[in-house]
Amino acid sequence: MYDCGKIIAGLVIFVGLFTSPFWYDLSSSTALQTPNPVLPTKADQNECVASLEFMRRDHMALLNEWRTEVVRDGITYYRSANGREFEMRYTKTCLGCHPDPSQFCDQCHNYIGVSLYCWDCHNKPALQRQGPQLAEILSPKSEILNKHQMQNPKQLKLMFSHRR
Amino acid sequence: MNAIFSLVAVIVIIAAAFLGASIPRLDFLFGVVFPYAAITVFLAGIIYRVIKWSASPVPFHIPTVAGQQKSLPWIKDSPLESPHNTWGVIGRMALEILFFRSLFRNTKMEMKSGPKLVYGSSKYLWLGAIAFHWSMLIIVLRHLRLFMQPIPSFVLGLDSLDGFFQVGLPGLYITDVLILIALSYLILRRLTVRRIRYFSLASDYFPLFLLFSIAGTGVLMRYFYRIDLVNVKELAVGLFSFHPAVPQGTGVLFYVHLFLVCTLLAYFPFSKLMHMPGIFLSPTRNLANNSRMKRHVNTWNHPVRVHTYEEYEDEFREKMREAGLPLDKE
Repeated sequence: MYDCGKIIAGLVIFVGLFTSPFWYDLSSSTALQTPNPVLPTKADQNECVASLEFMRRDHMALLNEWRTEVVRDGITYYRSANGREFEMRYTKTCLGCHPDPSQFCDQCHNYIGVSLYCWDCHNKPALQRQGPQLAEILSPKSEILNKHQMQNPKQLKLMFSHRR
Repeated sequence: MNAIFSLVAVIVIIAAAFLGASIPRLDFLFGVVFPYAAITVFLAGIIYRVIKWSASPVPFHIPTVAGQQKSLPWIKDSPLESPHNTWGVIGRMALEILFFRSLFRNTKMEMKSGPKLVYGSSKYLWLGAIAFHWSMLIIVLRHLRLFMQPIPSFVLGLDSLDGFFQVGLPGLYITDVLILIALSYLILRRLTVRRIRYFSLASDYFPLFLLFSIAGTGVLMRYFYRIDLVNVKELAVGLFSFHPAVPQGTGVLFYVHLFLVCTLLAYFPFSKLMHMPGIFLSPTRNLANNSRMKRHVNTWNHPVRVHTYEEYEDEFREKMREAGLPLDKE
C-alpha cells in the first residue's frame, strides 16, 4: 500500500461521516423517544374533520385548501366525509379540540423537523402565547376567542397602512 | 439497447419493491434487512476498492495542468492551475471537487459551413453536473432530519434555506426541482446526442435511471402521495440506534424509495459512481507540478545491472589501444 497514512486517514474520515447517524443516535438519550400528541378527551370531540390516516399524512394540504377556499372563494364551511359540517377556521375548529399546539402540533413537527412559518406574519393564537391554563376560558364556545379572531384595531391599521 | 436494458432493470427493481412491500410479513426484510445489508456492502466495497487502488504504485509524476509551472522568479506561475506545493494541490482539488473546474473548461468542436472548424466553450454538461451533485448533497444532508434525534441545528437551517421560496404546503424544495431537471438533462443528453449515445453503456444509463427514480419517488411522497413521516423517522432512528422496529402503515411508496436507495448503496462500489472516492486518488490532479524542483523516483524501478563506459573501457582497453581508438584513461 502506497501513501498508507493518507489513505487510512481518508477512509476513517469517510466512514466516520457516513456512519455519523449511527454514532449520533447511539449516543443520544432521546433517540428512541417518539412524539406523544395529547388527544382530546371530551365526548363531543371524538371526530376530526377527516380520518386519522388522512389527517396524519395530509393535514397541511387540507389547511392549505381551506386557506384558498376561505380567502379566495369565500367558502367558509367544510363538509366532512360523513356529512358533518365544520367551519374552516384554524383557531376555532382545529384549536377547539387541540387547544395547546405545543402539546399537539409541535410534538410531531419538532420530531421530524418541520418549522411552521404561519406565525411570522399571523398573530399567534392567544392560547399558545399565554399558556395552556387559559384553555378553559378560551374554549371554542367562549366569545373571547371569537373576538380575538377578529382583527383587532391595531392589526387592521397595520393591514391598511401600506396601501396609502 | 443499453438504455432500454437499464430502464427495464430499474423498473424490475421498482416492481420487486412494490410487490415485496405489499406482502405484510416482508416489511421487515425491506425495512431492516436490506438497509443494513446495503450499508454494509457500501462501506466494505468502498474500503476494499480504495485499498486495492492504493496498492498500485504511481510510477510516473503525471499532474495534468493548465497553467504555467513555477520556475524562474520573473516568470509568473499559476499556483492553482499548476500547483507546486501541497497548499496549491489542496486548492486545485477543492476547485475540482466543489466546482468541477475541469468540466467547466469543457469545449466543443463544430464544423461550420466554409468548411470551417470552430471551437467553443460548452458549459451545459458542467451546469447539469453541478446542479445534480449539489442538489444531491443537500438532499442527503436534509434527510438527516429523519435520521437523527434530536435534529442538529444545521440540518434545520439547510432545510429552511432549501424551502426558501415557501411555495405550497408542504413547502417546495429548490433542490427537488433542480435535481429532477438536472437528471432529465443528463439522461436526455445521453439519449439524444449521437456521439454520446454511441459510447454510452448500460452502466452509464443505469445510475441515471436509478437516481431519477429515487428523486422521483421522493418527490411523489412529499408533494403528491404523502406518507406518515413520523413512522419513517421511527424506522430510521430505530435502524441507526440498532433497535430496528417496523411501524405499520407507512405506505408502499416509501418502501419503493428505500429499496431503490438500498440498490444504489449496494451498487455503488461496483460502478462508475466510485468517482466519488476516485477523484481524491487521481494522480493527474493530486500531484504537485514540481518535477523541476524535486526528483521523483519511479516506485516500480527494478534495480538494473548496468555496464558503464568506464567498465567497458576497462574490459577492452588493450584491444581499443591496438585499434587506435581514443581512451579516457591511459
